[in-house]
Amino acid sequence: METKKELTCIGCPMGCSITVTMEDGEVKTVTGNTCGIGDKYARKEVTNPERTVCSTAIVSGGDLPRVSCKTKTDIPKSKIFEVMKEINEIKVEAPVNIGDVLLDNVAGTGVPVVATKDIKKVS
Amino acid sequence: MMNYDIVIVGGGPAGLAAAASARKAGIDKILILERDNRLGGILNQCIHNGFGLHTFKEELTGPEYAQRYIDQVLEDKIEYKLNTMVMDISKDRIVTAMNRTDGMFQIKAGAVILAMGCRERPIGALGTPGYRPAGIFSAGTAQRLVNMEGYMPGREVVILGSGDIGLIMARRMTLEGAKVKVVAEVMPYSGGLKRNIVQCLDDFGIPLKLSHTVIDVEGKEHISAVTIAEVGPDRKPIPGTEERYTCDTLLLSVGLIPENELSKGAGVEISRITNGPVVNESLETSIPGVFACGNVLHVHDLVDYVSEEATRAGENAAKFVEAGCRETTSGEDIKLIATDGVRYTVPSTINLGRMDKMLTVRFRVGAVYKNAAVSVYFNDERVMHNKKRIIAPGEMEQVILLKDKVAAYKDLKNITIKIEQD
Repeated sequence: METKKELTCIGCPMGCSITVTMEDGEVKTVTGNTCGIGDKYARKEVTNPERTVCSTAIVSGGDLPRVSCKTKTDIPKSKIFEVMKEINEIKVEAPVNIGDVLLDNVAGTGVPVVATKDIKKVS
Repeated sequence: MMNYDIVIVGGGPAGLAAAASARKAGIDKILILERDNRLGGILNQCIHNGFGLHTFKEELTGPEYAQRYIDQVLEDKIEYKLNTMVMDISKDRIVTAMNRTDGMFQIKAGAVILAMGCRERPIGALGTPGYRPAGIFSAGTAQRLVNMEGYMPGREVVILGSGDIGLIMARRMTLEGAKVKVVAEVMPYSGGLKRNIVQCLDDFGIPLKLSHTVIDVEGKEHISAVTIAEVGPDRKPIPGTEERYTCDTLLLSVGLIPENELSKGAGVEISRITNGPVVNESLETSIPGVFACGNVLHVHDLVDYVSEEATRAGENAAKFVEAGCRETTSGEDIKLIATDGVRYTVPSTINLGRMDKMLTVRFRVGAVYKNAAVSVYFNDERVMHNKKRIIAPGEMEQVILLKDKVAAYKDLKNITIKIEQD
């Protein structure tokens, strides 16, 4: 049986309205997207939705008490809160640089959590 | 008095991009004045991703996006002063500023670029009934507390207004363990980007109530509950639709206002629609040699467009300086007219002598239009008709004008941009 799903692409701020046509759990067509990101997002969203999680971690001895961080790539949407729990246990010391790995393999996803801000060490 | 070719007020995304492009255009003496203790502006607290897809073709968080421009400014050895407050800008481009190390000082600037950004509309501007206890924050204040300073404003949250920062904070507070009960929006449409409604509200089952507003705030010391109600087309509450939510936090995301006290002090003409300076094709204000870009000019949805706009402002300020701090014009200005659903345009005028090969005109509409078209008229003749599935106030629109076409059109006095429904 053919079913249609209406999605709003989150690939970029354009927010294209995408229609996915599915048959027996398989994606048949993707329309309404204006680029390849939309096609990829729509196919993933209807089968195995993923998100990047952005948060902060505790940092000591730096010019700010928190360093922003993110999962380096998307993680399964169903694991968002498990990922958050582990991020909230991270404690690092300044200095921190953008791209520094703060946590390997967060919540068993195989994805590292990396810093997204430079934190200078202050004495 | 110090002398600089270009003084840039504000070290956020607009100021940084303007500085980098002015340097690229060959300007030597550039100074950025920033009131915060680090460069990057509001991007430092926008830790979510989605920045830079247009500019860098990759998805960055706010701080990462800012760092690209900060690195450029450092590499170019562009001078900047942090913790520095600009007090005044005069018509003849003398900038008065102060900080703890230099005290009060003045700079004679060849050109000035206004890049002060915007600020949030506060609760006091809304006339919301009820008490004014602790626990009411603008969404951006909460964002700074959570993302930079490590404080949680509360655990049970109601959000008034569906601007992007409110949507982003709905998700952020949820991720940090708070319960966001509802987002109420007085308008029948959201003020934020569609993608943010999907990934910040829908993902977490947070209800968005359109045509709803807060009609009561309870709690004398600290907020304890709010009542929201549906509003009619007149935006007045409809009796019988009231719903009470217990909460310890009310976040407001009810609009951004360009921060133009300095511009007004200098005598720059301000648009009543955008609350930003009226500018020509060079992003130059009514005062020659004073340019504006970013959210101080008009509030943007995307930092990528801020950077692009600021790059143009930097180039144009550089041209002004190179021409001996004089304007180069040819003939009469062409007026840009916003009508039929188009609320404003940036710029407001075009002088052919200074127009680039391609000019991006940005604007916002006043209502949601489905299956409508953005039309451009040269005098009374329609020259462009771009059909769109949806045009909404929350999303900035643009048209691109080509100099060849504008120059070739005889006796062109007005360019009109409007929404047409077929």
